[in-house]
Amino acid sequence: MEKRKIKLSDIVKSFDLKVECSKNSLDREIEGGYAGDLLSDVMAHSKKGDIWITLQGHPNIVAVAILKELAGIIIINGREPEQETIKKAEAEGLPIMTSDLPMFELVGKLYESGVSGLR
Amino acid sequence: MRSKTVFQQEFKIKGGDFVNAGESSCKIRNILKEIGIDADIVRRLAIIAYEAEMNVVLYARHGAMYLFVYPDKILLKIKDMGQGIENIDLAMRPGYSTATEEIREMGFGAGMGLPNIKKNADVFKITSKVGKGTALEIIINLNGKNG
Repeated sequence: MEKRKIKLSDIVKSFDLKVECSKNSLDREIEGGYAGDLLSDVMAHSKKGDIWITLQGHPNIVAVAILKELAGIIIINGREPEQETIKKAEAEGLPIMTSDLPMFELVGKLYESGVSGLR
Repeated sequence: MRSKTVFQQEFKIKGGDFVNAGESSCKIRNILKEIGIDADIVRRLAIIAYEAEMNVVLYARHGAMYLFVYPDKILLKIKDMGQGIENIDLAMRPGYSTATEEIREMGFGAGMGLPNIKKNADVFKITSKVGKGTALEIIINLNGKNG
């Protein structure tokens, strides 16, 4: 049986995420997930369509997400992205969301809901 | 016989400019996609360009990337004026980095930049002079996979 596709809008609703920008791109499907704060690691190991969970909020995360064609970014621990980050992401139509949860909790919830790092 | 250049462009990079860091790599990726280069090769080039661009932003005063697309290969040259690399063997070792604590907190300086570039390149050449700068020459073969 084919697994039901999970959209960004689904996880925004389920996990009470705050959408910081690119609200019009929330119907994107999530193909997988990657968590990490080292940008080179995310560049090397994330896959197209991944939702990326990180604590970084500076503008360079937008370049990483665009280059790897990630579905979106969730910033954890109640951290806020910088204004410049939001500006850049909005211009690219890249959704950035924030969560008050720590990384472990959020990744666990995403995994439980069917988002996997492997495919 | 030297193969004809299909496309070439220069991208300037400013050292220490974290706000625009990564934009040249995004442009390169868009150009390669537009030309119709194979998706896997675009993915590899994107990683290479990003890591190389960040190295200039992190460790040099200024630099440039030069993209050359040939029918059979893509050549990416990166040159910078900066501090240079004292020990290239050490710099190539995964995990080795001279980054400051501040840079590491931003998620850079994990010592994966040069190894990531080498891993994704078919040909990888690096030369460096301490106090002058560093030059990279990267080739990815297209093997007829140029769309």
